[in-house]
Formats: sequence, structure tokens, C-alpha cells
Amino acid sequence: MRLAPIPTRSGLIGLAATALVLSGCAQSDRAESEGGSSEQSGGTFLFAGSAEPVTLDPFFASDGESFRVSRQIFEGLVGTEPGTADPAPLLATGWETSEDGLTTTFDLQEGVTFHDGTEFNAEAVCANFERWYNMPRSAQTEDLTYYYISLFRGFATGPDAGDAIYDSCSADDDLTATVTLNKPFAGFIAALSLPAFSMQSPTALDEYQDDAAGNPRNSEYSTERPTGTGPFTLDSWDRGQQVTLARNDDYWGDVALVDEAVVVAIEDPTARADALRSGEIDGYDLVGPADVAPLEEEGFQVVERDPFNVLYLGMNQAQEPLDDPMVRQAIAHALNIPEIISASMPEGTVPATQFVPDIVMGFNPDVTEYEYDPELAEQMLADAGADGATIEFNYPTGVSRPYMPQPEDTFNVIRSQLEAVGLQIEPVADAWSPDYLEKIQGTDDHGIHLLGWTGDYNDTDNFLGVFFGAESNEWGFDNPELFDALSEARGLPTPEEQEPLYEDINAEIMDYLPGVPLAHPVPSLAFGPDVDGYQQSPVQDEVWNAVSVQE
Amino acid sequence: MLRFALRRLALMVPVLFGLSVLLFAWVRALPGDPARSLLGERATPEAIVAVNEAYGFDQPLLQQYLTYVKALLQGDFGSSIQSGADVLTTFGDRFPATVELALTAMLFAIVVGVPLGYLAARNQGRLLDTAVVSGSLLGVATPVFFLAILLKLVFADWLGWLPTALRQDPRIDATHITNFYVLDGFLTREWDAAWDAMLHLALPAIALGTIPLAIIVRITRASVAEVLHEDYVRTAESKGLSRGTISRRHVLRNALLPVVTTIGLQAGLLLSGAVLTETVFGFNGIGSYLFQAISTRDFPVLQGFIIFIAVIYSLINLVVDLLYGVIDPRVRVS
Amino acid sequence: MSVTLPPAAGPVGTPGGDPAGAPGLVPDQPGVGLWRGAFRRLRRNPTAIAGAVIILLFVLVAVFAPLLTSYQPGAAEDAGKVTPLTVPGPSEDHWLGLDRYGSDMWTQLVYGARQSLLYGVVSTAIGLTLGAGLGAIAGGFGALGGRVGGWVDNAVMRFVDIMLSVPSLLLAVSIVAVLGQNAYAVMIAIGVAQVPIFARLLRGSMLSQGKADYVLAAGALGLRKRRIVAGHMVPNAIGPTIVQATLNLATAIIEVAALSYLGLGESDPAVAEWGRMLVAAQERFDSAARLALLPGFAIAITALGFTLLGEAMREALDPRTRR
Repeated sequence: MRLAPIPTRSGLIGLAATALVLSGCAQSDRAESEGGSSEQSGGTFLFAGSAEPVTLDPFFASDGESFRVSRQIFEGLVGTEPGTADPAPLLATGWETSEDGLTTTFDLQEGVTFHDGTEFNAEAVCANFERWYNMPRSAQTEDLTYYYISLFRGFATGPDAGDAIYDSCSADDDLTATVTLNKPFAGFIAALSLPAFSMQSPTALDEYQDDAAGNPRNSEYSTERPTGTGPFTLDSWDRGQQVTLARNDDYWGDVALVDEAVVVAIEDPTARADALRSGEIDGYDLVGPADVAPLEEEGFQVVERDPFNVLYLGMNQAQEPLDDPMVRQAIAHALNIPEIISASMPEGTVPATQFVPDIVMGFNPDVTEYEYDPELAEQMLADAGADGATIEFNYPTGVSRPYMPQPEDTFNVIRSQLEAVGLQIEPVADAWSPDYLEKIQGTDDHGIHLLGWTGDYNDTDNFLGVFFGAESNEWGFDNPELFDALSEARGLPTPEEQEPLYEDINAEIMDYLPGVPLAHPVPSLAFGPDVDGYQQSPVQDEVWNAVSVQE
Repeated sequence: MLRFALRRLALMVPVLFGLSVLLFAWVRALPGDPARSLLGERATPEAIVAVNEAYGFDQPLLQQYLTYVKALLQGDFGSSIQSGADVLTTFGDRFPATVELALTAMLFAIVVGVPLGYLAARNQGRLLDTAVVSGSLLGVATPVFFLAILLKLVFADWLGWLPTALRQDPRIDATHITNFYVLDGFLTREWDAAWDAMLHLALPAIALGTIPLAIIVRITRASVAEVLHEDYVRTAESKGLSRGTISRRHVLRNALLPVVTTIGLQAGLLLSGAVLTETVFGFNGIGSYLFQAISTRDFPVLQGFIIFIAVIYSLINLVVDLLYGVIDPRVRVS
Repeated sequence: MSVTLPPAAGPVGTPGGDPAGAPGLVPDQPGVGLWRGAFRRLRRNPTAIAGAVIILLFVLVAVFAPLLTSYQPGAAEDAGKVTPLTVPGPSEDHWLGLDRYGSDMWTQLVYGARQSLLYGVVSTAIGLTLGAGLGAIAGGFGALGGRVGGWVDNAVMRFVDIMLSVPSLLLAVSIVAVLGQNAYAVMIAIGVAQVPIFARLLRGSMLSQGKADYVLAAGALGLRKRRIVAGHMVPNAIGPTIVQATLNLATAIIEVAALSYLGLGESDPAVAEWGRMLVAAQERFDSAARLALLPGFAIAITALGFTLLGEAMREALDPRTRR
């Protein structure tokens, strides 16, 4: 995959990736929507997620449902190119990073105000950075500030203050802000595209938010007065029922076409599909693979997100015979991945050759691949003295993740393939959370297992570092070379310098074969026939100002 | 009667105390870490330790219990680990949904069940009786969620008459005062909102109400049949009282006693059914929420909700017992 | 969840039996005669016969499952042929087609009977043993009377009240959470959830026995109280408990399905278990309704069988119906 340049002055040549062509349906011509139709009634866009948001202050959120809502209310300095995971200007029109990677100067969009009338300017930007950095100790836990901790590594206070990446922010003039870091952070710009780092109104924060409260996710600000610059404002959050968003008529960009957007929670995917069929909702996220074709046949629109995830079959080297590379390779040869995909994943899912999807930087087209060859697999197992071995196979129940839509089915078909080469499979099922996660990541009491990850933003470390950054219970191996290589790549100042290292690491991992990457399943959204203009995003950076609903 | 009620209320105290101890022990005995389910699949071991510290789960169990009870006595039920939402508030948001559902289900069961049972008893041995009895037995034998799926298939997918998810059309700009949506609709005179809420209740209530319906039919039938054999009914008949008068004054009044008990006992069972019904119909009540709380080891929610439920359950039983006194004067002495 | 109402259950927290004198089962002439008479009445009752036929068929299928099919249960040998959109329908090799996980549907249904029988019997036995134990203790001590007797009765019943105030399905869910996902956990969970019913039932009927003439007579004859309880009251009070056990078999079968519905059950998704099959097929209702309907009706019909027989037994044992 070649890199596409990012249209900024920054001189950064693309954090990665090809701008993928948008999937065919439901994409209206955006130009058409600029006809100033805001005078007429735009109606309501009613969307169902799978759970309620946790909080509407995105800095304290780390779940998709909170971000879904806060993306309508807030905007960050950096957004993403439509339909890709690549950073793009949003509230910052451009940025320039110094050679050493330590200072970044942001040029800001002119004429933007927060919903409460506060002007968006360099001071507001610095107020936000300073707020994050100066979080009180009580908020310095991962359940509140997960993304800040994992990306910026430390706060002004607390035990990790010495590791803090952020140093300072200065307002050079009204529309220019400079952020200085303590050490290079190649993923800095990409990280700012996360909704957690949205710009919030300093005035509203002062008045209604209390970061030091016992539970800042529950404050007046977080539930009633989230104040950003986005195309929608919060009308009301009726807990247990719905979040109602109203159009922001003073939005600096394309004003939303609908009058209001409503988000409801319907936990069960089948219930979501039924609600769409009966017209109770206009659209929903996380369509079950079995619902895709029937919904399309019935005239509903299914929008596929470009996958930004990976599903793999992990192998725990703390258990025999999985510590034998030959056995691991035999398992890889025993897997008929196209069959696994057709049996348990939505159409359009592509097989994985490595632990990152191809739109992530460092994807290496030349890694070792293990062809489906059951005879070879049997042979290798015999050579390794592991023919007929009993292997524990862990899989989760009661869960459907975008990267793992139907784990039971995936387990079932893989089992039949492994049994076909003479292995004895002992199924071990656990409820997803916390039982399964606890077993896989908290203990070494597991054999082969299903797991994966959906990337948050475009950074290779967000995949490889997360999986293989250190010795872990999940994989049960100690490979200092690999850990060092990942740590070295992470410390480089720019993505261009990182890229060759990550390519090598990907090749190295696929030779070592700690697990078998299976697929990049396609997550889908579904909409009623009257919905138009929904722009999908692989990292779910989906803003609804172009959405229209014909009543 | 008042003394009886007070004594019963006093008896609730040790039950609730015992419950809080057992509950606490049981909830902490659940394997698995709430921090893990909060932080998801990529949590670092340090982060898990930190979150457990923040919630005090690293403290000795007895101390945790004392802290919990102390807060409890001050009316603080804590907040959800998963969502951070205040347990009491969440209960207030969600409980009305389940009550509304359960009451509607019960209303359905009583309104349909008592007359059917009465008719069956009056026509014992005839076709009507056989049909009613077999129908009710089938009702008991059908799993709630299977029935729910079938109802959805027929009334929503095929006929398209009724909605299948949520409590109300979010497009209706309804005002919610009590969180009982039908009641709110009446209070605010937003008739369309009330009507819409009722439509949304229909399928879940029928699914949930079928088993109580079946049970009420059978109890009513048996009880009416028994009373019909009683001497005082025969006496009344021989006195030449009209059938309607006998039914009203003697049969129903006496036959209702076991029916009332049954209704009271159904409360707890309804809640079990609600877990399934709410899941199938995407109805945001406490049943589905409790199930999630168990799955995610959301200790404060589990503890708080179950204590609320136990209190309510005990109160319902008290009311049932008091109703006995109203219906059957013989019981008043106890 | 469905639970059939125990006939002699009094309202919660009323020590000393049920004030309603709800349909009591107080046979005045205990012993063999009652059972013989009951059996005679059962044979003439079409309800009982229908129930017995269903149960007999069910048991036969469960026992002789291997003779009824040439496939192995839960084999999922054709796992690769099933996709999210299609499940191969009836064919020459598989007359009911494949199930969601690629096993032979007929085989799964047949072996599902075996699984249901096993789950139902074992879990009800657990519930019966524990519940009847608690009930006998409470009822025995309660009937013995005195300070200690009353205290023990009270303590046991408060414990049962606590169990009752937690919805049975949630109790079962949390037991599975503790014990992990396997067949034993499911059986224990469903068994424990039944304990309160049996306990209250047995205690209730023992307490009403306490006032029966023959107990008073035995007391007057100077028999030791302990002997009265063990030798007379328990055997006489056990009748309704057995009836309830029959009815609970139905409930247990349904509860297994309910746990499966909530994603808690055996570790193997392809296992031949009706509840599991129904749940797995639910999302394919549009494309292959039979996958959900067949196991759904299998559960309902089996549960109906036990309910019919249980109800008929209850009626037959009830002396009032002899009038």
C-alpha cells in the first residue's frame, strides 16, 4: 500500500493508507446538500446503538457509544479524511512539526464559536491541553482517563509525572497555538483525532464541570451541558431512553440537514434489526452478519465500514505442544481461512496475512504466508510428535465485537478443521467479560484462543504494541528482540522513520507465528430506505451533518 | 391489623440484614474482576490494580462491607462501576419501566385469566373447560423467550401491527415526570404519547403475562369449582338466590383468596421473566440491566438493585397478606 | 420463568402455616390406600394419559437415541457448509437438513431429548433433595413446637425467604458465573433455584399435617414427637412434593433453555441441547425458521407432558376431588 499525502503544511507524508473508495450505497452527493435546505424541516434522524453512552464529556470516555454522541457535539483539532483513518484538518486548518518532533504549531479555523458563545481560539486550545495535563489525582485512573494515560503517559502530578509526554502550550496569537512535548511522539497528530481529545468550551467547563468530583462522568456538565463546536448541541439526555441532539444552526461548517438526531440503546442485535424493519429507528450500528443480506433484500441500506481491525487465533506458548514452532505452523497450515470467513463473517471480509490491516502504516505485503494444506499440517504434527495431541480451545460467549462478530461459529468451523488434521480439541467457553478476558490475559490457563482488536486511530503501535509490546499471559512467550524492536520504533519522532521498522517487525512476527491472523471482518451499519448521506469511517469518526431523512 | 403489619415490617429487618450479608459475600464470590470488564480486552495489569484500588476492592472484605453498610445507612448506594451512574438514580430511571411492564402483564393475566377460569369452572367437563385448561397448560410449558419470538414474528413481522423495541417512539417529544410512560402521557395530557407507550407495552406484556395468565386461570378454576361445592353456596341456591348474586356475594369473594396469593407470588417470578422479555424486546428495564450487571461484575449495581427488589418483594407480600384480611375476615385474627 | 404454584404455599413470612388454609392436602387416611386410589384415578384421567404418553415417548427417544440416527451428536462435521446466510436444508443424507453449526438436525433433536432428560432429572433431584431437606427441618421443628422448634423453623424459613427474594433466574445466572460454563454448573444452578419451592411446600404440608387427627392421636398415644415427624408426617407430606417435582421437571427443562438464551450453558456451541439450538437459530429466523421452531416446540411439548402428568397427579392425590 502506498501512502497518500495529508493535505497540510506539516510536511508529514501521510500516517498511512489509501483512501478507500466508499462503499456503494447510501452516499449522497455532498454538493447537493449545500443548497441551504436548512429552512425547511429536516425531521429527525433516529439511530440505535447497543448501549447507553457512559458520559457526554468525551475526555472521561473510552467507549464507542459515548464517542458516537460526543462526535456530534464536539470536534478536535484533528479529524480524519472521510472514509479513512488518516488525520485531516478540522478545528486546526494545518500544523507544522519541528524537526526533532517536539513542537507542533497549529493554525486554527477562524470564526468558530462554542455552543455557549465562547470564542474558539488559541487560548481555548491551550486551556484544553492544560486541563488534561492538570487532571486531579482522583481522575488519573484508566476508567476515567484511559486515552490520556495510554497516549500521553503521565499528568502534571502523580507517580508517572516524569513520563509525561506533554510539556506546555502557548497561544502565539489568536489563531496560532504551539504545543511542546517532552519527547518525540510520532502518533501525536493521529492521536488528536480521538474524540477524547475534543476541544471543549473553557467557560462551560469552568462553570459546570468539576474534574475533581468523585465521579466527573456524572456531573452537570457531563450529563446536561456538554459544550463543543460540533454540528449538534445536546437537547436532553433522558437516561434509560434516549439522547436527543438539536441542530446547531450557527455551525461553522455545513449545517446539519436534520432538525434533530436521537440516539437510543437497543442491546440485542436482532431487536435492533426488528426495530429498523418496523420503522421505529432510521438506522443502527453493529449489524449481525446473518442480517446483512435479508435486510438488503427487503430494501434497507447496509453500509459497510472499511475494516480497521484484526481477528486472530492466539496460541499460548506456556502450554505444550504450542511452544513448538512446528506445531504452530502446522495449525496455521490446517486452517482454511476462506472457509472460516464464509462460515462466520460478513461478506466482504478479507483474510488477514498479518496482525495489522493493510491501511495501517508498516503493513508488509511480503510476509510469510501459510497456505491451507491439511496434509502438510498432519505431516508437520507427526514430525513434531504432536499428532493426535489434545489442545484446549478457548472462545468467548455472549459477545459480538466488530472484529469478532460470531465467535461461536468461528470456533466451530476452526475446530472442525483442526480435528480434520487429527488434533483433539477440548472446547472451553467463558462469558466474554470479565471471565474470558481474565482467563486469557490474567492467567496462563488457556490453549489456543480467539481475540482481536479494533484500532482507535492510525498508529501501528496501537496494534502491534498492544499485542506484543511486552511479555504477557496471553501469548506466554518472552522475546526480548521483538519487545525491543517495538519499543525502538515507538520512540522515533516521525512516521516515515517508523515505517521500515514496522515492516520488518511484521515480517518477523509472521515468521515467529505467535498466533494466526485470521481476518479483518467488515462491520456494518444498516439504514432505512429514506436515509441519505451517512458517511462511514473505519475509526467511526462519523458526523451526521450530511445525513438526511425523507419523511 | 396494624400490629400485624408492624410486626411483619419488623420481621423484614433481619431478613434484609441477612440478605445484605449474603448478597455481599455472594457478589464478592463471583470470580472475575470488575476492573477487567470495565477496561476491556487490552487492559494492562497495572491499570487493573489501579482501578481496583480506586474502588476500594483491595481492602479486606469485612472493611468493604462496613464501608458499604455505612454508606447505605446514609442513603448512598454508590455508583455503577461500568457507567459511573448513581445506582439510586439508575434504579429510579429503570424500575418504572419494569413495573409498568409487569403491571400491564399482570393486568392482562387477571383481566383475561379470572373470567376464563370462572367460565371453565362453571362449565366443568365441557368443551370450553377442556380448551381453557389445555390452553393454560400449554402456556406454562412454553419458554418465555420462545413465545416472545413467535409473537414478534406474527404481530410485528407479518402483520406489522405492533412495535418490537423500546418503550416509546423517541420521535414523540414526550414529557416524562414519573418515568411511567403511560401515566406520564395521562398526566401531561399527551394522549399520543400515552397511546404510543401502550402500543410498545403490548407485545412484551403479553409475552410476560402468559405464564401468570395460565396459572391464574387454573387457580381460579380450581378455587371456584371448590367453592361451588360448599354448603353455603348450596344453601344460597336452595334459598332461590339468583345466580348472579350467588356469584358475586359468595363464589367469587371466597374463590378469590387463593388467586390473590398467586398474584402476589408471581411478583418475583415476573422479574425473572422480565430479564428475558426485556432482552428480547430491547426494553430498558431493570431485568436486562441486572443481567448485564452480573455479567460485568458491577458490584454496586448488583447489591443495590437486589436490595431494592427484596424490599419491594417483601412489601408486596405484606400487602397480599393484608388483602387476605380484607377479603377473608377469618384471617384477621392472626 | 414459569414455576407452577405450590398449592400449600403460604405467604412469605407467616410462620405457622398458611392462614388461607389454601387448597390443603391433608389426607385423613394416610398410607397405601391413598396412593392406590390415586393411581386408579390417574388411569381413568385422559390428561394423565396424554402426559404419560408424551413423557414415555420422550424417555424412549432419549434412551434409544443412538438407534434413531446414524450420526453423532454435536459432530458439526459439515461446519464449513453453513454460512451466516445459508444453512443447508433437507437432503437425502439429512432429512431435516443441517443445524446452525453443521450437525445433522434430526440427530441434534433426538440427542437433545437425552440432554433435556438428564438436565431435568439431575437438577430437579438437586432441588428436591436440598429443598425437601430444608423443608423437613423447618416443618419438623415447627411441628414439634416449643421455643427451639419455632426458632429453627423461623431461621430456616427466613433463609428461604431470602433465596426467594432473589429472582430465580438471576440466582441461576450467578451460580453459573461462579462455577463456570459447563453442564454441572447448569444443573446445580437450576437445582438450587428450585430449593425455595420445595422447602416451603414440604414445610407447609408438614405443618398442616401437624394438626391432622392422626398426629394428634399419635401424640395422645404417647409416641415420641421425633418418631411422629419421621415416621408419619414426612411420608404423608411427601405426596405433594413428588407432584411438584414432576411439575418442576417441566420448569427445569425450560430454565435450561433460558440459561442458554442468556448465553450460559455448555462449552461446546454445537452441543445437542434444545435451548441452545433454539437460541443459536434465532437470528436465522428469516432464512431457516425450522432451526428455531423445531427445538422450540420440542421444549414446549416435553414441558407440557410433565405439566399434564403433574397436574393430573395433583388432582388425583387431592382428597377433595374424591367427593
